[in-house]
Amino acid sequence: MNLKYLRRKIANGMALVLSLLAMGFGLFWLGWILYTLFSRALPAIHSTVFTQMTPPPGAQGGLLNAIVGSLMLTTIATLIGTPIGILAGTYLSEIGESNGLSKVVRFINSILLSAPSVVIGFFVYALFVARVGHFSGWAGAFALSVILIPVVVNSTETMLKLVPTSLREAAAALGAPQWKVIIFVAYRAARSGILTGILLAVARISGETAPLLFTALNNQFWSSDLSKPMANLPVVIFQFAMSPYEDWQSLAWAGAFLITMSVLMFNILARLFLRGGNARN
Amino acid sequence: MRISEGMATKPVGDFSRVISDVTLKRQYVLDLLFRTVTGLAAVFVLLLLVAIIAALGMGAWPAIHQFGLHFFSSSDWNPVSEQFGAVVPIVGTLITSGIALLIAVPVSFGIALFLTELSPGFLKGPLGTAIELLAAIPSIIYGMWGLFVFAPFFAKYVQPWMNENMGPTFHGPPMGIGILTASLILAIMIIPFIASVMRDVFEVVPPMLKESAYGLGATTWEVVWNIVLPQTKTGVVGGIMLGLGRALGETMAVTFVIGNSHNLSRSLTMPGNTISSSLANEFTEAVGELYTSSLVELGLVLFLITFVVLAIAKLLLFRLKKQEGAQT
Repeated sequence: MNLKYLRRKIANGMALVLSLLAMGFGLFWLGWILYTLFSRALPAIHSTVFTQMTPPPGAQGGLLNAIVGSLMLTTIATLIGTPIGILAGTYLSEIGESNGLSKVVRFINSILLSAPSVVIGFFVYALFVARVGHFSGWAGAFALSVILIPVVVNSTETMLKLVPTSLREAAAALGAPQWKVIIFVAYRAARSGILTGILLAVARISGETAPLLFTALNNQFWSSDLSKPMANLPVVIFQFAMSPYEDWQSLAWAGAFLITMSVLMFNILARLFLRGGNARN
Repeated sequence: MRISEGMATKPVGDFSRVISDVTLKRQYVLDLLFRTVTGLAAVFVLLLLVAIIAALGMGAWPAIHQFGLHFFSSSDWNPVSEQFGAVVPIVGTLITSGIALLIAVPVSFGIALFLTELSPGFLKGPLGTAIELLAAIPSIIYGMWGLFVFAPFFAKYVQPWMNENMGPTFHGPPMGIGILTASLILAIMIIPFIASVMRDVFEVVPPMLKESAYGLGATTWEVVWNIVLPQTKTGVVGGIMLGLGRALGETMAVTFVIGNSHNLSRSLTMPGNTISSSLANEFTEAVGELYTSSLVELGLVLFLITFVVLAIAKLLLFRLKKQEGAQT
C-alpha cells in the first residue's frame, strides 16, 4: 500500500518536472531566436537601410524599394481581402447560418485557413502569371489576399456569433430591416473583434514569403508599377540570406528584424484592441 | 423622418399606411441586395478552393499525362532527361512532419500542463504570451536562424557525438543541415499552435470535475491524465491536426535548412527534400513545360495531402463530439 503510494507520488513528481522542462524548452528556443535576431540585425541597421535601394553584390545599399514594395503589397491585399472576408463571414454568421451553402463554405474556409501558402502562390502563378507571361505586383497582392480572406472570414464569423441575439431582436422589433440590424447593431457590437481579426490577418501576410516567390518575385530597382515585378522584403531577405555576400546577408538580417517587429506590432495592437473593446462592452 | 411626415398627413390609427409602400419596398430591395452581396462573397470563398484545385490540376496535366502513377513510385528527379518522380519529396514531407509531431506533441502537452496546473497565476499570462510569440515569428526568420546559427551549432557540437554514439539512422557528415534539423525547426514552429489549443481546452474543463478527483486523493498528474485529457481529447486531437497541417505545408524555414537533395538517404542527418522546399527552390529556375508541370503536380499533391489531413481531423472531431454528447 505504501509502495503504491510512493510510486504515484514519484510519477506525479516526474510528470511535473517534465512539464517544467517542456516550458523551458519552448522559452529556450524563443530566447535563442530573438537573441540571434537582435544581435545580428541591430549592427546592420543604419539610416541607409531606409534611404537607399537594394544594392548589387558587393556594394552598399539599403532596403527602401523592398520596404515600400512590401507596404504596397500588404495594403492592397488587405484592401482586396478584407471586404470579401467580412461579407462572407457575415453571411456565415447572420444570413445563411445553418443552410447547406454555409456548411460547405465553413468547411472549405477551414481548409483554406491552413492551406500551405506555397500552394496559394502556385495557384496565383498558374491563374495569373503564366497567362500574362511575367511576374507582377498585382499577382503578389492577390496571392496575399487569398491568404488573408479565410482568416478574416473565420474571425468575423466568430466575433459576430458572440453578439447576443437579443440585441438583434431588439433592433428587429423596432422595425429595422435585416441589413440595418447587421450593419448598425451587429457590426458595431463586434467592431473591436472584427478589427482584431483583420490585424491578425495582416500580421500573418506581412511575413509571408513563399507565395511572393512565384508572383511578385523581386525587383532590384525602384518600382511602384504594380503590373511589373515588385521588390518586397520577404523575397529580398530570402535571396540575400541565401547569397554568399556578407553585405547582402547583413541587409537580410536588417530586413528580417523589420518584418518581425512589424508582425509583433500588429499582434500587440490586436491584443490591445480586443482588450479595449472588452473593457468598453 | 419619414414616419413623422406620414403621421402628420395621415389620420391617426391607420398605422398600416404609416410607412409608405415605397419605403418598405426599398428596404426589401436593400435587404435582398445585402443578402446577395454577402452570399456572393461566401460563394467566392467556395470558388477559391475550386479554382485552386482546377488551376493546379490544369498546370499539372502534362506531367500527369506523361508519368501517370509512375510519378508516385519513382524517385528519379532529373531535369536534364526530363524524368520526374515524387517519392523523395513526398517521403521527405511525411518524415519531417512526423518527427516534428513526435517532438512537438509531448512538449506542447507539457507546456499546456504547466500553464494550466503548475504556473503561479501572475506568470500564466506572460508565459502564455511568450509561447504564442513563437507562432508570430515569420517562418523566414526560423529559416535564417536555422541556417546561420542552429546548423553550425548542430554540426559542431551535436553531430560528432551522434556519429559516435548512435545508430546509422543518425550518421552523416557533420553539415548541420538535413532532415533532422528541418524536423526540429518544424517542431519548434508548431509547438505554439498545439500548445495554445491544448491550454485553451484544458482551461474549460469544469473545475468541479477536477476538484472531485483531487478530493478522492488523486495527484495532479492523475487528474490531468485521467480527467482532463479524456474530457478534452476532441480539442487536443484538433490542435495536433492543426499543427500537422502547418508542418506539412511549411516552406521557407524548411527550404533554408533541408539541403535540397533529391536522393533518398537512410540517415536522418543527410540532406533531403520536402514538397514545399523543392517548389521554393526550383520553381523560378524551372525550364521546360514538363519540369514546371511536374512541380505544379507536386504542389497539387501537397494540397491534397493537407486537405485529407484536415478533412480527417474535422470528421474525427465531429464524431468525437457526437460521442461525448451521447455520454453526458
